Amino acid sequence: MTTTTAPAPAPSARRVLRRAKRRNTALGLLAWAAGLVFCLPALWMLLTSLHAESDAATNPPSLFAPLTLDGYRAFFGSDTGVTPWPPLLNSLGASFFSTVLVLLLALPAAYALSIRRVRKWTDVMFFFLSTKMLPVVAGLLPVYLFAKNAGMLDNIWLLVLLYTSMNLPIAVWMMQSFLADVPVSVIEAAQVDGARLPTVLARVVAPMAAPGIAATALICFIFSWNELLFARVLTGVVAQTAPVFLTGFVTSQGLFLAQLCAASVVVSLPVLAAGYAAQDKLVQGLSLGAVK
Amino acid sequence: MTTAVGTTPQSPPRPPAPARSRRTGPRAWATRAPLLPALVFLIAVTQLPFVATLVISLFDWNSLNPDKRAFNGLDNYASVFTDAALRDSVLTTILLTTGVVIATVVIGLALALLLDRTFFGRGIVRTLLITPFLIVPVSAALLWKHALYNPEYGLLNGALSWVGELFGDTSPSQPDWIADMPLLAVIAALVWQWTPFMMLILLAGLQSRPAEVVEAARLDGASAWQTFRYLTLPHLRRYLELGVLLGAVYIVQNFDAVFTITAGGLGTANLPYTIYQTFYQAHEYGLASAAGVVVVIGTIIIATFALRTVSSLFSEEANRA
Repeated sequence: MTTTTAPAPAPSARRVLRRAKRRNTALGLLAWAAGLVFCLPALWMLLTSLHAESDAATNPPSLFAPLTLDGYRAFFGSDTGVTPWPPLLNSLGASFFSTVLVLLLALPAAYALSIRRVRKWTDVMFFFLSTKMLPVVAGLLPVYLFAKNAGMLDNIWLLVLLYTSMNLPIAVWMMQSFLADVPVSVIEAAQVDGARLPTVLARVVAPMAAPGIAATALICFIFSWNELLFARVLTGVVAQTAPVFLTGFVTSQGLFLAQLCAASVVVSLPVLAAGYAAQDKLVQGLSLGAVK
Repeated sequence: MTTAVGTTPQSPPRPPAPARSRRTGPRAWATRAPLLPALVFLIAVTQLPFVATLVISLFDWNSLNPDKRAFNGLDNYASVFTDAALRDSVLTTILLTTGVVIATVVIGLALALLLDRTFFGRGIVRTLLITPFLIVPVSAALLWKHALYNPEYGLLNGALSWVGELFGDTSPSQPDWIADMPLLAVIAALVWQWTPFMMLILLAGLQSRPAEVVEAARLDGASAWQTFRYLTLPHLRRYLELGVLLGAVYIVQNFDAVFTITAGGLGTANLPYTIYQTFYQAHEYGLASAAGVVVVIGTIIIATFALRTVSSLFSEEANRA
């Protein structure tokens, strides 16, 4: 190993370098192993969903059993005729409309907290944050009683309102940090040209903060899609969401594992897609904007 | 709760200090107007129900017996602290939350340190690692309950059979995971889901560490352990605090895993589950509300510290800007 290449570092330094490199490779392999171990349950779910029921529930597991889409067919009602589409569409509707409402409320609020700031804007920010820390279970009963008296039980619009309040603080915090990066001069130029606030927000601020707004939307969508407690208590047959449908899925006895895994994969797909798309901004959303 | 934030972040110099006359004039309202819809909406949907909970908590109210609704002062609170089931659920909540938070922080830190270097396929590994967090919580709980923990055909016992076969053991042990260690089973599933969250926060912390300082320490001959102990760990302190506190706030409220894996049985009912049951199945509205208020007070104590940590990170950002 004593190749005489030009201004090489001293042998001892080179040895240190080589050892560092080997150590780096080992740690890289360790990271790969950790990543695979962590992903293993999810991969197992995917594999099981593609097995026949008789191969899914064996001990020891049948890794190399033939693949089939029967689990997915069963989930979509090939045997029972019960389709999961109504709950999936309810989840989609509740998540989509609440995300739109969150953005409509949060964008102007973030403007007033970052570009043209109100007095004591930090206090307002922390008020928004503190509502996120209130356990939802503490407000559940009054919301239930209100919905019962107003005839809004089993109605996705009630969920839309609740999910909006659940996600609004996160959205305000995220958007505040994105809007703070929009140069004031551009906004002032638009205002000099006589544009009013809604126009400024829609035509100037939103396009410039678009990547941040998109990440915010994806994170709000994920949280709404995942929610179980409100949906479980406040919906019944009509407005049932996908997570509630899943909890009621395991009623039949006998072999059902492949079908259950197929259901879990289908219900998780939108979240996986949104999460991978928003990967870089995920931590900012989860830490309510405290970590960039 | 907002007053609990001790250090008010210094605002960056960008907006000119508002003149006194603007404080109450129409222009001040023009500045406030964009904020009002969000603020009013949030107060109406999150604060009013809580006030109602406070009021209901002072009544003896079982919806199966609506005629007997009566004011009974603090009796419900006395019941919360004397009722064995509710007291147990307080303890369960504490065990569940601390168990999950400690495990996720330790594993998350190890993973963040592994990822805080360049190696082949780093992006892919990061994607693999955040996947558990992107499985719908109900799906994840069902997956652990049926595909992993099931004593007859779950993957865990399947793996034990494999290992047994490998060593010629004809009857390897096949524990019934959920029945034998219910709380640990719930904790393990939650640790799997929440470790990516901790890892992402701590990784962001590691990457915000000034590279020059680490390089200088290395040139001065500091060992990897010394660098970690005296540079990285102090720098990470606030990110660790943030992860612990936010994690605690989220885990205290967990309902999905307990509901799905054990349905609150076998001593795993935490406070959110117990409150849900008290109100939804036992129809004890007054008692459920009192328990809700107790949870809120507990959360406020954690949240006060969480808000203070967020505030100090926030002011650091604002000062840097």
